[in-house]
Amino acid sequence: MKEIVVLSGKGGTGKTTVTASLAALVKDAVLTDCDVDAADLYLLLNPEIKETFEFLGNQKACINEDKCNKCGRCEKVCRFGAIIDFKVNSIFCEGCRVCYNICPERAINMVDTLSGHRYISETRYGPMVHASLGIAEENSGRLVSLVKKAAREIAQRGGYKYIITDGPPGIGCPVISSLSGADVALIVTEPTTAGLHDLERVLKLAENFKVTVKVIINKFDLAEEKSKEIEQYCIDKGIEVIGRIPFDEDVVRAISKGVPPVEYSSGPAAEALKVIARETQNLFLF
Amino acid sequence: MIVAIASGKGGTGKTTVAVNLAFSLKDKIPVALLDCDVEEPNAHLFLMPEFTEKELVTLPVPAIDQEKCTLCGICTKVCAYHALAQVGKKILVFEELCHGCGGCSLLCPSKAITEIHKEIGFVEQGIAKGIEFIQGTLSIGSVLAPPVIKKVKSQISKDKLVIIDSPPGTSCSMINAIYGADYCVLVTEPTPFGLNDLKLAVETVRELGIPFGIVINRAGEGDHIIEKYLQEQSIPLLMKIPFDRRYAACYAEGRLLVEEFSEIRELFYNLWNAIERQVEA
Repeated sequence: MKEIVVLSGKGGTGKTTVTASLAALVKDAVLTDCDVDAADLYLLLNPEIKETFEFLGNQKACINEDKCNKCGRCEKVCRFGAIIDFKVNSIFCEGCRVCYNICPERAINMVDTLSGHRYISETRYGPMVHASLGIAEENSGRLVSLVKKAAREIAQRGGYKYIITDGPPGIGCPVISSLSGADVALIVTEPTTAGLHDLERVLKLAENFKVTVKVIINKFDLAEEKSKEIEQYCIDKGIEVIGRIPFDEDVVRAISKGVPPVEYSSGPAAEALKVIARETQNLFLF
Repeated sequence: MIVAIASGKGGTGKTTVAVNLAFSLKDKIPVALLDCDVEEPNAHLFLMPEFTEKELVTLPVPAIDQEKCTLCGICTKVCAYHALAQVGKKILVFEELCHGCGGCSLLCPSKAITEIHKEIGFVEQGIAKGIEFIQGTLSIGSVLAPPVIKKVKSQISKDKLVIIDSPPGTSCSMINAIYGADYCVLVTEPTPFGLNDLKLAVETVRELGIPFGIVINRAGEGDHIIEKYLQEQSIPLLMKIPFDRRYAACYAEGRLLVEEFSEIRELFYNLWNAIERQVEA
């Protein structure tokens, strides 16, 4: 079983478009959406949810007013500024339990919080594991790990050849969770100054993992000079650019229809996405 | 006044709105721009600040004095993040799991735990085209963005208009960036992805009780799907930036739209008027 993760550094470069197209073209795959903050892959793959699991995040402190004698120690030890005037601001509580451990009156309880949901679904292209993180919740990294674990179990049980993951933007904790255990990372960038800057940071992060990295330039023809600069940067770094997707209004139309672009038309973007799917599978031939 | 520029979806144009708004207003009122997208800070690419100060952001992580340690096991028990574990006759620290809460050092009965400062990022300050510019950068491989964001926000000057460029999403990083703002501008794009993630962002800012309005970037064909939602929810539409290949090219090169297109300059003045009206109301 091989794991392919689609990342970008910068948001909005086309991760989900690429992932959905791979899902449609690469047979024999379990699909996952690890952008648990703002999960969009479902809009193109139309999963039918089969199982739903609750995701419990960090516990949060809760002060029992009847027992509290307002000594103020909890407020003093809390490094997250989550206790003010003997009340817990659950948005800032990181569940560290220091207040709970230090309270002489045992007036603080740690309570479970429902931080989101995880789903196992069926799509036309294979099973899909996805999740939704509750509003204003943390722990997206842990939720990503759970999504990946479930996907691996399904892939092993069902003898699937690939796991294809739509990753989150950035370089922080959910990205690190998405990268761990991946065999191939496809990094989607765009020909802009910001696209290149963010590509550099995510490539540096990927160097810490045993993962084969390939780059895809989306909408490469919108700024050809910038695309050349990115190509040169990748050559200098010894990283192969395996896809160049032209700007194509059919992509937006496909998204509006809720289908992967490769199933909507055989326009120039769809053709480029087919090349990417082929090249990606070729990476596993040897 | 603090105005946060946020979005659920990445790549919708948060930075475009933040830098162009800051530049449009700098000759009228004192402006500070805080780049809180510490995983991928981009505002500097457009405003080219000259940094004069740099401060490290560190996390206090435990260091065990094995001589004093009696292997009582309290530290491993109290750590909510499993960052401490006993292996053989030694307590090991897994720094990347540590949140720096200080519980272990506080509760160790043998005083065997001290804290060392692990670098997780840095904050730079300077001036960019007449704008006070503060930026946070998360070290590559570090997982904890919120402490870096908090450090950036600790530099807020009350006598200026503070514009915050937020990270995407709706989880802890985004919350930390927009918390305490007087107004939030949510930037979206007219696609089903844009709408889906806008709805999440709207729920988030409502949860925080921050007044907000919407900017549609790359406006065009699909605007109706966003506008329909805004009407149903009685959410104000503050501005539309039309899709135009010339604008895309300008952005791609890291240049400011308001410096090159007078019609965009007009749009940003109107945006500011709309924000002021909303905040007063």
